[in-house]
Amino acid sequence: MRDVYDVTIIGGGVSGAALAYTLSQYEVKVLWLEKENDLAMGASRANTAIVHGGYDPEPDTLMGKFNTQGAYMCMDLCADLDVEFRKTGSFIIAFNDAEIEHLKLLYKRGLENKVQDMELMDGDRVREREPHLSKEVVAGLWIPHSGVINPWEFTIAMGEVAVRNGVDLKLKKQVTGLTRGDDLWVVDVNDGKETYYSNYVVNAAGVHSDEIHNRVAEPSFKIIPTRGEYYLLDRAIGPSVNAVIFQCPSARGKGVLVSPTVHGNILVGPNSEVIDEKEDTSVTREALESVGEQAQRSVPDLNLRASIRNYAGIRSNSDYGDFFIQVSAPHFVDIAAIKSPGLTCAPPIALYAKDLLEQEGLALQKKTDWKGGRKVVRFKEIPEEERAAFIRENPLYGRVICRCETITEGEIVAAIHREITPVSLDAVKRRAGTGMGRCQGGFCSPRVLEIIARETGLDPTEVMNDAEGSYILTGPTKGEEA
Amino acid sequence: MGCETYDFDQMYDLIVLGGGPAGLAAALAAHDQGLDKILIVERDKELGGILNQCIHNGFGLHYFKEELTGPEYAERFIDDLKGTGIDVLLDTMVLDLEVTDRCRFLHVMGVERGYQALRAKSVVLAMGCRERTRGAIQIPGSRPAGVFTAGTAQRYVNIEGWMVGKRVIILGSGDIGLIMARRMVLEGAEVLACVEIMPYSGGLNRNIVQCLNDYDIPLLLSHTITNIEGHERVEGVTVQQVDEHLTPIPGTETHYDCDTVLLSVGLIPENEITREADIAIDPRTSGPIVNQHMETSAPGVFACGNVLHVHDLVDFVTEESQAAGIAAANYVQGKRSAEVYRTLELKTDKTVGYTVPQKIELSDDDNLIRVFFRVRQISDKPAYVVVSDGTKEIARFKKPFMFPGEMQHIRLPKVLLDKADGNTLTVFVEEV
Amino acid sequence: MQELICILCPKGCHLLIDEKDDYKVTGNACPKGAVYGREELLHPVRVVTSTVRVNSKKHPRLSVKTDTAIPKEDVFKAMALLNGVEVTPPIRLGQVILENILGSGANFVATRTIEA
Repeated sequence: MRDVYDVTIIGGGVSGAALAYTLSQYEVKVLWLEKENDLAMGASRANTAIVHGGYDPEPDTLMGKFNTQGAYMCMDLCADLDVEFRKTGSFIIAFNDAEIEHLKLLYKRGLENKVQDMELMDGDRVREREPHLSKEVVAGLWIPHSGVINPWEFTIAMGEVAVRNGVDLKLKKQVTGLTRGDDLWVVDVNDGKETYYSNYVVNAAGVHSDEIHNRVAEPSFKIIPTRGEYYLLDRAIGPSVNAVIFQCPSARGKGVLVSPTVHGNILVGPNSEVIDEKEDTSVTREALESVGEQAQRSVPDLNLRASIRNYAGIRSNSDYGDFFIQVSAPHFVDIAAIKSPGLTCAPPIALYAKDLLEQEGLALQKKTDWKGGRKVVRFKEIPEEERAAFIRENPLYGRVICRCETITEGEIVAAIHREITPVSLDAVKRRAGTGMGRCQGGFCSPRVLEIIARETGLDPTEVMNDAEGSYILTGPTKGEEA
Repeated sequence: MGCETYDFDQMYDLIVLGGGPAGLAAALAAHDQGLDKILIVERDKELGGILNQCIHNGFGLHYFKEELTGPEYAERFIDDLKGTGIDVLLDTMVLDLEVTDRCRFLHVMGVERGYQALRAKSVVLAMGCRERTRGAIQIPGSRPAGVFTAGTAQRYVNIEGWMVGKRVIILGSGDIGLIMARRMVLEGAEVLACVEIMPYSGGLNRNIVQCLNDYDIPLLLSHTITNIEGHERVEGVTVQQVDEHLTPIPGTETHYDCDTVLLSVGLIPENEITREADIAIDPRTSGPIVNQHMETSAPGVFACGNVLHVHDLVDFVTEESQAAGIAAANYVQGKRSAEVYRTLELKTDKTVGYTVPQKIELSDDDNLIRVFFRVRQISDKPAYVVVSDGTKEIARFKKPFMFPGEMQHIRLPKVLLDKADGNTLTVFVEEV
Repeated sequence: MQELICILCPKGCHLLIDEKDDYKVTGNACPKGAVYGREELLHPVRVVTSTVRVNSKKHPRLSVKTDTAIPKEDVFKAMALLNGVEVTPPIRLGQVILENILGSGANFVATRTIEA
C-alpha cells in the first residue's frame, strides 16, 4: 500500500518552515522536501537579516498586507522559539529635499500599512542617535518596531518544532516531477529515484518556485534572480550604528544598508544585480567596491578593512511585482516570488497559505498534543554568578570550541541532537554560531568536524563544509587504515 | 567590580595566558627569578601551542644551537616545567582580564575545574596569533569548500591525520604556506603553484629552496588569485599578474584546475582580551605597546611572542618571553626602583614597518637595549639602519641585506640613548 | 659557477660554488655553508619530517623525523615506508620508529612524547 501524505511542502526556506510550523499544529500528515542537506540554504541564509517595519510596500499588495503583522509575529515567534532577535529600530535617511519628500511618502504609506510610532526627524536628531552617520544626512524616518534577526536560526527553529510534531522532513530530495493522477499529486524526487503521493502540494521553492509552478500550471510569473553582495565586519570595531540604516529605497531594492547583527557585527550591503544562474553566489570585486562606497555615504568612517567575510545572496525577485501566493492548480498552492520583505512576512504568509489549503478542501483540526516552544542554552548569556554551577552540572559547557564567539562544546552537542541533525560545519554554525567570528572557523573547524563525526557516527570524510558535495577531507594520511 | 568584593579561588604571583613557546619560556624565566605561585592557562588539551603542529625542522638553531622540529622544541620547555611547581590548567579558556591599579583578575573556564575567578599580582600575555582569512583579503568568486588557511590545513594533516585536497594552489608565500606546500606534496598531493601578490616572498629563503624549489613548485611573484570557482568544492582558480599598485593586469589571467586553495596571507596577533582590558595597542603590530621589559600600558601586565608581534623564528620568541617573565618577577618582587625614568618613544617612517619595543625606559639596569623591527622594502644590498632624535643621529648600523619577511634587530647602547634630545627617536633605513 | 641559497639556517646565505675549482664555496657566513654548498651539488641530502599512525583517539598521529639527512632522491621512498606503520603509546621522544631507512643508516625517530 502506498503512503499518502495530506500535504507536501516543497522547499526548506523560511516560507516552507513557517508553513510546516503552522501545519504541524493540525492533525495532518505533512511531507516536507528540501533539495539541500539542511534548511535555510537559499535566500533564507544570505539576506539582510532584518525584520522590516512595514513602511515600504504598497498598501494594495500582499507585501503591504503582511509586513506590519509579520513584524509583530516574528518578534513573538523569536521570543517563543528562543531565536536571536534585537529590536534595534531602523532609520531611512535622506540626503536632499527630493529624498525628504520620499520619506514623507513612506511615512504616509507606513500609516496605511498600520505601522506604529514612526517619526520623521531632522539630520541633527538622527545623528544624536547615530553619531557615525554622515553630516550630509538631512533627515531620517525612524521606525521603532523593527529589528535584526538570526534568519537561519529562525528558519531552523520553526523547522525543529515542525519535525518534533510529526512533520516528515526529508533532506537532499529535489523535486524532479510533479503530476496529478488519481486525484493525488505524484511527486518524483531525485530523477525518479523516489516517488511520494500527496493530496495537496505547496510550492515554497524560492528561486526555483517558477519552475515548480510551471510543472502544474501555465507560466504566470518569472523569477528574476537578483544577487546582493555583503560584507560582515568584525565585532571588535564596535557599533558603528545602533539601528538599521537604510538609504532611500528605489525601484531596484531597498538600497545599501548598514546594520548591526544579532551577534554584534556590522552587516553592509547589498547591491542588486540580476544574474543568469539561480545559484551563483559568487562575489565580485566591482560589486563589493560599489557596496562599500555606497555604505560609506551613510557612514563615512565605516571600517571596511575589518571585513571578516564577504558573501552573496540571491533574492527571488520576479516580473510579478508582488508575492505570488495563490491556488494555481487543484490542491496546489504557490508561495512563490517571495522577495523582500519575505522573511518578515513568512509567518502571516503561512497562515494565508493554510487558509488557501482549507479553501481547497483540506480539513484541519487542531492537535491537542502539539508541543511548541524551544529553549537554547547560550553560554555567553548565562549570568556570571550561575556559570560555575552550570558547568558543574554540564561539564561540556566548560569547553570553549569557538574562541572568537565563545561557543562551548555543550552548545554544539545540543544543537546536533535537536530534531534536525546537522551534517556540515555550516549547519552547526547556523545552529550554534561556531565559526561566525573573526577567524571564520580557522581554529574551531577541525574540532567541530570531530564533534559532528563523533556525535552523528559519520566518517569525518562525510562531514561537509556546507552543501552536499562540499567535502573537507579527502582521506586519511598514511594510506588507508590497516 | 572591585577585587575586594570577589571571593577568589586562587591568588597567583603570575598568571601566563597561553602555554605555547612564549608562555612556557615566560613562566620558566619567572620561576628562575624566584616567583613561587605561577599558573599557565592553556586552551588546548596539551602544552606547546602551534609548535605541536609544526612538525618540520628548523627550530632552535639560534637558541639551542641545534636543529629541532617544533614538537621537540616545545618538549624541552615542557620537560623543564617538571619539578618547578608551576601550575598548568589545560583545556581552559581565559574569558576576560581586568586590570586595576591594585590587581589583575581573570575569569577562566574549563571542563575540569569549571568557571573560576582568579587573581594575580602579574600577568603575561602569550596568546599567540591567528591567521588572516579569505574574508579579510576579499578574494572574489564563489564560496566552495576547499579554501583553508595554511595553519588549519596543517592541523588537519599533521595532528588529525587527514588530507585536505589533491590539487593545491597556495596563496601567499608566508612560511606556513611554504611549509605546507612541501607537506602536501610529501603526502601525495600535487601543488601547482605558490602565488604571491608582492614582488618578494613573505617567507624565509631557506623555505623557498627546500619547500618549493626541491619539488619544482613555481613561485609566482606579483601574482594573485582573482577568482575562485566551484559550487560545492573548489574546482579552479584564476591567477593574474598585478602591477606596482597591486592591481590585477587584464589579459594576464591563467586558469588552474584545482580542488584546494591554501591561504598563507598573514598572521594577526590575537589581542581581543588585551583590547577588552583597555591595554594600548599599536596599530602597526596589532599587538600591545611595550617597553624593553615587555611591559604593556597596564601595570603588571607583560606581553611576549606572537601576541606582541608576529615572529619568524621561535628562538626570538623564547628570548623575548624570558625577558617578559623576568620583568614580571621583578615587578612582583618589588625589585624595580620607584624612580620614574625618562621614556623614549620609538617612531618609524615609511621604510620601517614597526619596532618592538615601542618605548624605551632609560633605567639604570639596562646597558644594551635590543630593538626588533621589520623593513617595508627589500634591501638586497647593504643599507644602514639609522636611529635619530630628529636633530641628530644617535646610532647607525650596517646590514648586508634586509627583507620584509625577516625580522631584524639592533642593539642600542644606553650611553647613546642618554644623549637623545626630546623624547622621540625615529628608526629608518638609509641606502648606502 | 652555481648559485645556491644555503638552507642550513634562517640567514639564507647566497652561496657561489665553483664546480671548476673543486666546488669552492664563496658567500658563506660560516664553515657549515661551505660544506653545504659542495654537498648540495655533489649529493644533496634532506631531513624528512612526517607522521605515523598512532593507536590513540587523543593523538591520531605521531610526528617523526629522520635522525640524519638522507639522500634527496630517496625522500619519497622514505615517505612510502611510513604508510604501514602504527605505533602504540607510550612513546618517548627520540624513540626509533623505523630503523635504517633504505639502508641509509638513518632512522625515523619520534619527535614528541605521547603518554600511555
